Amino acid sequence: MVDFGGWDMPVQYAGIIEEHHAVRRGVGLFDVSHMGEVEVTGRQAFDLVNYAATSAVSKMAEGQAQYAGLLYEHGGFVDDILIYKVSPEHYFLCVNASNQDKDFEHIAALQQKLGFDCRVEFTSPRYAQLAVQGPLAAAVVQQLTRVDLKGIRYYRFADGEVMGVAARIARTGYTGEDCFELFVAPEHACALWAKVLEAGAAHGIKPCGLGARNTLRLEAGMALYGHEIGPDINPVEAGLLRNIDLNKEFNGRAAVVKCAETGPSRKLCGIEMTGRGIARDGYEIHVDGAPAGWVTSGSPSPTLNKNIALCYLPAEAAAPGRTVQVIIRGQPVDAVTVNPPFYKRAK
Amino acid sequence: MAYPENLRYTKEHEWVLVEGDTGTIGITDHAQSELGDIVYVDLPSAGTKIAQGASLGSVESVKAVSDIFAPVTGEVTAVNEALTSNPEKLNQEPHGGGWLVKVKLGAPDELSKLMSAAEYQAYIGG
Repeated sequence: MVDFGGWDMPVQYAGIIEEHHAVRRGVGLFDVSHMGEVEVTGRQAFDLVNYAATSAVSKMAEGQAQYAGLLYEHGGFVDDILIYKVSPEHYFLCVNASNQDKDFEHIAALQQKLGFDCRVEFTSPRYAQLAVQGPLAAAVVQQLTRVDLKGIRYYRFADGEVMGVAARIARTGYTGEDCFELFVAPEHACALWAKVLEAGAAHGIKPCGLGARNTLRLEAGMALYGHEIGPDINPVEAGLLRNIDLNKEFNGRAAVVKCAETGPSRKLCGIEMTGRGIARDGYEIHVDGAPAGWVTSGSPSPTLNKNIALCYLPAEAAAPGRTVQVIIRGQPVDAVTVNPPFYKRAK
Repeated sequence: MAYPENLRYTKEHEWVLVEGDTGTIGITDHAQSELGDIVYVDLPSAGTKIAQGASLGSVESVKAVSDIFAPVTGEVTAVNEALTSNPEKLNQEPHGGGWLVKVKLGAPDELSKLMSAAEYQAYIGG
């Protein structure tokens, strides 16, 4: 068990590699109740969320989820979040555990400043969250609910029931596989955990910890706050322009526009180790023999059987196919740049 | 898993088997279990001098890198090359086939600073 933003969480149950393969080939279950929730309700809920978040909130349908950045005025990340549009006057935001207090304060401060007629509520204590992830996720969850899961497309959700208990059923995840995330009241979480494992037994379901969550999201090229993104990283550098609607006003827009226009001096890119060694978070990277960047997340990839990493490099060195050196315990080890994601599931 | 009586153990979870003036070094079952799936081992080459308590190399699991500290002072005479292609051997046979290096002992009196199997098991709470 490790301390993760104040939560005691298992790094692994059976083993990271076994859990990782379960999610890629079958199905895995994660307890992600540490994730935080902030809800915005009221007449101008849209206006506030649309100003706080980088994405095109105006294009969202009811029952849709959208990935977005919450930015400071200077363009750095407060957090990355998922926005769930419950109704035009109710947005449910799922945020990172370690950022939940500052996210709430940030959004509440914007509401105060702009005077929008809406209410910002910190609702994390009301929700537990279980993530059922993998190609067999739908088969498992469908056994537990009368909601027809075929009607919930990727990045959509429905409010219904699971085991007769009120649940928000979202086809969202952090692994690059088909996925369902179930938000329920905390008092039902333990029973639901047991029920999902029972329903998944025939499909070989495995309980999965933080270790597999990290290797899965890394293969899928998904950012982790504190690694690929943070207060000093602009979304243009992080390659997240597609999650930004520049045709609207939002907090941090001027800084994003400036970075997009001048071009970022550094860029997030992928590397695969070609020499013997594993790039780890924080390792220095050399280009042409001189320090040029750093590893944000690195690990062996159980799916690809390669050692992979995300890293920041000078924009001119970030194009794929370039040989760079990762400094591993004082020694330069060769790696080659690639475009993330490292892994994409077959459609 | 049992902790063999003929090994001596460190607080950093390495063991050494002494046979004549040769010491065989490995990591304990407790260490491999805490690390999880081991995927990479970085070891010194033969002829390298190592000092008790200093890092002699590292093992990496999927999640993290861990230093291996030399339980004894000496000169490396053999390296377990099998671990390069099969690092999982460290998980499977930590007290046997997963040995790391053999050394010619440089200071045999150091052995008294190490723990017996019973002391080590008490130390890890087993």
